[in-house]
Amino acid sequence: MANSVCRKEFSAALMELAERNPDIYVLTSDARGSAAVAPFAEKFPERFVEAGIAEQNEVGMAAGLALMGKVPFVCAPGAFLSARAVEQVKVDVSYSEKNVKLVGVSAGLAYGASGMTHYAINDFAVFRTMFHMDVLAPADGYQTRELTKAIAKSGRAAYMRMGRNAVPDVYAGEERFEIGKAYRLREGGDLAIIACGKMLHAAVCAADRLEEEGIHARVLDMFTVEPLDREAVVRAAEETKGIITIEEHVRAGGLGEAVVSAVAEKRPAKVKIMALPVEHLVTGSEDEILDYYHLNTEGILAKAREILEGEEG
Amino acid sequence: MNGWTADSEKEKRIRELKLKAVALRKRVVTLAHDAGSAHIGGALSCTDMITALFYEIMNVSTETVDDPDRDIFIMSKGHTHEPYLCALSDRGFITEETLRSFRTFRSDLLGHPNCRVAGVEINSGALGHGLSVGVGAAIAKKRDGMGSRVYVLMGDGELAEGSVWEAAMSAGNYKLNNLVAIIDRNRLQLSGATEEIMKLEPLEQKWVSFGFETVQVDGNDMESILGGYRRIDWESDRPKLIISNTTKGKGVSFMENTVAWHAGAPDDEQYELAMEELEAERRRIIDNG
Repeated sequence: MANSVCRKEFSAALMELAERNPDIYVLTSDARGSAAVAPFAEKFPERFVEAGIAEQNEVGMAAGLALMGKVPFVCAPGAFLSARAVEQVKVDVSYSEKNVKLVGVSAGLAYGASGMTHYAINDFAVFRTMFHMDVLAPADGYQTRELTKAIAKSGRAAYMRMGRNAVPDVYAGEERFEIGKAYRLREGGDLAIIACGKMLHAAVCAADRLEEEGIHARVLDMFTVEPLDREAVVRAAEETKGIITIEEHVRAGGLGEAVVSAVAEKRPAKVKIMALPVEHLVTGSEDEILDYYHLNTEGILAKAREILEGEEG
Repeated sequence: MNGWTADSEKEKRIRELKLKAVALRKRVVTLAHDAGSAHIGGALSCTDMITALFYEIMNVSTETVDDPDRDIFIMSKGHTHEPYLCALSDRGFITEETLRSFRTFRSDLLGHPNCRVAGVEINSGALGHGLSVGVGAAIAKKRDGMGSRVYVLMGDGELAEGSVWEAAMSAGNYKLNNLVAIIDRNRLQLSGATEEIMKLEPLEQKWVSFGFETVQVDGNDMESILGGYRRIDWESDRPKLIISNTTKGKGVSFMENTVAWHAGAPDDEQYELAMEELEAERRRIIDNG
C-alpha cells in the first residue's frame, strides 16, 4: 500500500484553491516548512502572512482578515494552536463567528521524541467545545486534500489536524466526504470500529484480520470529530455487539467520549475507548509511543475479543 | 475628516462635537444607571475620543456597513463600550429601543461588544485581542489597495497583555500606516494606578521602538484630539499610535480619577447629580460659544 504525507497534500490543495479564489490567505507562525506552505508563500506572497512565533497574534490577525472577507488558513503546530492561541480562537473566531480555518500541523504525537510540549493530544477536547467550529482529522493524503477543499467553502470556522510523517493510504482516491458524516469503510454487524486520523489505518487492518476469522467488523471513519455523526454512531450501537473507538488523543474529551455520550443517550451499548491516558507519556517515535499504549491493530484485535468473548461469557 | 476653511467654521464644529460628547456621556450614565452595572469610569474617559472617531474622523455609516472599504473600528477595551453603543445608536445602527435593552435578559447588547449588533465588527472584552484583529484587517486593506483605515481603541491597563506586543511588532513589521492604535491613558485600572500595578512608562518610547509614529493628545479635549490627528504623517510607512491622556470618569466630578468607579452604576441620587453636572457642562459649552 502506498504512503502519503498529509501536509504535502494540504499544500497542493491550497495552491489549487488559491488559483481560483483570490480571498484565500495563509498565515504561519514560523511553520511554513512544517505546514509545507513554502510554495504558497512563493507563488502568492501578497496572500501570505508570516506571524513569527506568535500564535495568539496569528489567530487574531486571521480573524481580522476574515472580517475583511478573506478566507484565512492559520497554519501552526497543533500543540500551540490548541493551547497558546485558544483564547483568540474562542473570542475572535468562535464567539465572533469568523470564517477562519485552523490547521494544526505536526499534531497528535507527530513530534515523537520532542516530548509532551510538542504533542497536540487534547486538541479535539479543546475545539469540540466551541460553536461555529468543525473539528476534523483526515486519515491520509487524499482525504486531507478533499477536506481542505471542503473547509475552504464551508463558511464556518474549522480546526483540521494533520500529522507530520508519511501515513499509509486508506482511500483509493475516488471517495467523497461530507463534513459531519462518517464514512463507512467496511460493512459488518459483529462489531464496529470508529476511528479517525492516523488510527483509521489500524482500524481497517484490524477489520480485515477479523474478517479472515469470519468476524465482520464495521469500520466508520469519524473524520469529523465535531459535529459528530450521532446517527451513524447510534446505528452502530443498534446493529453490532459493541463499539471500539480509537484515536491519537487523550481519552478525556476525545472521540471515544463523544461516542459514549451519543450512545448512552440513545442506545446504551458496550464501548471500548482506545486513547492515550492523561499522564506523563513515554517518549519515542510516534509509532513507538502508539504501540506502547496499544494504539495499533493488535490492540484493536484484543479489544474486539473482549467484546465478543464478553458476550459469549 | 473635514478640512476647515475658516476659524469660525472650525470653532463651530468643535463646539458641535463637544456637545455631542456631553450628549453621549448623558446617555452612558443613563445606560449604566438603568442597567445597574457598567464600567463607567473607563467609558467616560474615552467618550471624547469615541465622539471624534464616530462624528469626525472615521468614514462610518449604515450605508457602508458591508463595504470592505469602510473604516474599521475595534473596541479592544471592550468592557467600556457604552459610548460606542451610544454612538452606534445615534448614528442609526441600532434603535433606541435596542439600546435600552442593554444588559437585559436575551439582549444582544451585553456588557462587552457583540458583533451580532450592527456596526460592531468583532467581539471583544477579553483584553489584548483587538490590535491583532486590527492588524489583520489593515493587512487586507493595504494589500487590496484600499484607502480606508483601521482604528483600535485600547485601555492602558490592557497593555500588560503580551498579545498586544505581538500585534505591535507585526504592525511595525508590515508597515501598516493605515492602522491607528489608540490608548485611553487614564492611568487607573481595576485595582489601582497603572504605574503601581504594572509599570507602563516609558510608554511612548515602547511604541516608538516597535516602529510606531506616536502622537500625544489630551483625550478629553476635542481640539487637542483633532489637532493631534491632523498632525499624523500619513506619508510615513509607520503604524500610528495616539496616546490619549484622559481622566477616568471624566465629566462626573465624584467619579473622576477614582478607582472605585472603575466599574459600577450610579444610584438614583448619584444619577441626578451626574446628569445635573453634565447639563451644566452643556450650558457652559453653549454659553462660551
